[in-house]
Amino acid sequence: MHPPVKREYPSKPEAVYFYGTCLVDTFFPQSGLAAVELIEREGVRVIFPQGQTCCGQPPFNSGYHREARAVAREQLALFPADLPVVVPSGSCGAMLRVHYPGLFAGEPEAGAAEALASRVFEWSDFMVQVLRVKLADKGPPLKVAYHPSCHMLREMKVRDAPQSLLAQLERVEVLPLANQEECCGFGGAFSVKMGDVSRAMVADKCRAVRQSGAELLLSMDAGCLINIGGALDRLERDSGGSADAGKESGPSWMPLPLFIQQRVTGGVQPAGGTASLGAQPGGGHAA
Amino acid sequence: MQLDAKQFKRDRAAALENKPLRRNLERAMTTIRGRRNERFSQFVDGEALQWIGHAIKRNALANLPDLLEQLEEQLTSRGIQVHWAETTGDANRIVKDIAKRRGVGLVIKGKSMVSEEMELNDYLAGHGIEALEADLGEFIVQLAGEPPSHLVAPAVHLSRQEIAVLFHDELGEEYTEDIQAMTALARRVLREKFQQAGMGVTGVNFAVAETGTIALVENEGNGRMCTTVPPVHVALMGIEKVIPRLDEMSPLIRSLTASATGQPISTYFNWLSSPRRPGEKDGPEEVHLVILDNGRSSIYADEELRETLDCIRCGACLNICPVYSRIGGHAYSTVYMGPIGKILTPQLAGLEKGGHLAGASTLCGACYEVCPVKIPIPDLLLRLRREGVQPTPAGIATLKGAGAKASLGEAMVWKGWRVVHNRPALYKLMTRLLGFAGRTLPKRMGPLREWSATRDLPKAANRSLHHLLRDRSNAWEAGKIRSDSE
Ligand code: SF4
Repeated sequence: MHPPVKREYPSKPEAVYFYGTCLVDTFFPQSGLAAVELIEREGVRVIFPQGQTCCGQPPFNSGYHREARAVAREQLALFPADLPVVVPSGSCGAMLRVHYPGLFAGEPEAGAAEALASRVFEWSDFMVQVLRVKLADKGPPLKVAYHPSCHMLREMKVRDAPQSLLAQLERVEVLPLANQEECCGFGGAFSVKMGDVSRAMVADKCRAVRQSGAELLLSMDAGCLINIGGALDRLERDSGGSADAGKESGPSWMPLPLFIQQRVTGGVQPAGGTASLGAQPGGGHAA
Repeated sequence: MQLDAKQFKRDRAAALENKPLRRNLERAMTTIRGRRNERFSQFVDGEALQWIGHAIKRNALANLPDLLEQLEEQLTSRGIQVHWAETTGDANRIVKDIAKRRGVGLVIKGKSMVSEEMELNDYLAGHGIEALEADLGEFIVQLAGEPPSHLVAPAVHLSRQEIAVLFHDELGEEYTEDIQAMTALARRVLREKFQQAGMGVTGVNFAVAETGTIALVENEGNGRMCTTVPPVHVALMGIEKVIPRLDEMSPLIRSLTASATGQPISTYFNWLSSPRRPGEKDGPEEVHLVILDNGRSSIYADEELRETLDCIRCGACLNICPVYSRIGGHAYSTVYMGPIGKILTPQLAGLEKGGHLAGASTLCGACYEVCPVKIPIPDLLLRLRREGVQPTPAGIATLKGAGAKASLGEAMVWKGWRVVHNRPALYKLMTRLLGFAGRTLPKRMGPLREWSATRDLPKAANRSLHHLLRDRSNAWEAGKIRSDSE
């Protein structure tokens, strides 16, 4: 292990590959689409290889490297042109960027894995550092909180980009969370294998979100959002939710790209022909 | 301490339900994290200091055999007796033999995690020798009949009130919750014992090969007493504690105290280089250093796993760990707890017994971020998980219990996963099916129950991103790739 070298960013490319990730594909496709459209809005074409499935992180983290490698090998072959690969997730991005080289060390694909790793960018980082986007906020005043995922922070080393996107939104106030950089307890298989500890962690995270005063929780990572959002929704229902007339409803949650798109396009944007999501509890679920 | 997955499940469940414990831990961990972060923020470049520590320890470990030899030579030339112990049994016997030879009935101890590893106190008790802990935290857990629950703060799981009750019950003194009064009481008890003890036993923070110096970092002065008052001092260390040069101690000490307690330097810093010399007024007549292997050399044999041995036992990874800070140290049933314990224990005890600990992490990486010697704990956890189910074929025969965690059921799950994810058409079909089934997933089924006890299950979308992007990106992709290869 060596001290990290500061990343150098390329200039704006003509086109990029988009690696959607299986979680976004399955649970938050609207946010994936929003991420794509926000890139296209900057005049960059987006290629979405239809052969993509999953980066392989689930078996990799469980020790099943043979299975992870078999699937990762297929993903490696999806990006033949020398273009940036943009991933709307710190965790899956880190799998491609940080773990693929190790996973393929000593394999025929080692060189390809290294080459791919150097082209992988987390979406918000890419928006800020490469596309240098300027966002004009068209939404109403709103208080939000942001949950940075662990792999985004500590493996992708992306700390400021999501916050700096949010800072551009004039009427959005970003409130701090207590223990902001502490893990939410997802951890993939951890969330069921060590379900008890995982639940204790997400309970604390929910408390922090609720105490922050934010109306909406945002994150770049689908895994964290499923975890925190699922727990927030449950709390909301258990406490009677907004159905209780005297009570204010608890915070809702949403993936960051979808939120940004809604703000810059002036609210809820029907996209891709499907109903899109509002900022209500469980709003992160594609309808 | 029963080390296995079932026991761990029971103990952590009990810890999570234990409200006073949760409160004590939360308070202590929040405070100590804050102190550590504040100290690091005052350094010109805290992270650079961590990488310096990393480089020093990497270099030291790379030259370990030579350094150990040099250390022995240097120490011996100054009259410190060096003993090599392959197992904890050997180490215990060495200590007992010295005690017996000197007719010692009472041993007074400074903090030493190696002595915990040896279960030295029990062993000595079995040979009619009393061992009394002199570090305040260790003193408290010894009174409570418990092992330490933290590397640096052994009694961190207890509140002030709990300690007050303990002192009252065990020492028969008037009940007080006043910290000053409690500390004074402990001091009074210990001072007396220092006079009577025939031997002091301590750990070692660093041993410097070039000068033959044993360095001991502490805050209470008990370490100094242990190394100067009794006629015999026995220091215990693992083979990994040796560093080449004296000037390397400075960054390591800064990093150690900053990481452990947020202090710029510890209150006491002891450098020991010989027994009492002729003409000197104090100091022990005999000084011994016991160097323990206990499985470390097999860890050493694997270059990647070797990084485990870089640890300087600062405890920072425990304090920042979202798991440790919720279940405390006892739930692990290990000598070394928290993140460092999760990588060290499976290697020392073997994967059959300790492999489950490698799974007790979200791989959040907070430990790696704060570690003063930058041990890549998440990477090592991943390695141990893999060795548990898909062991490295030949050559690495050093990891005990490799392959022991393989389960047919899990292997089948991942084989199935692979089949689906290697066939995009099948994957897309599955995603679609999930979209239909999303609302009706059986919440009470197997692992989903663990999820849905306090969380709603996520609902799969009707149309996947593949579906939403299918027209334009397919056409585009084909065009782009064609134009590239022209
Ligand atoms: S692993 Fe690192 S952070 Fe943890 S106790 Fe050892 S030196 Fe400290």
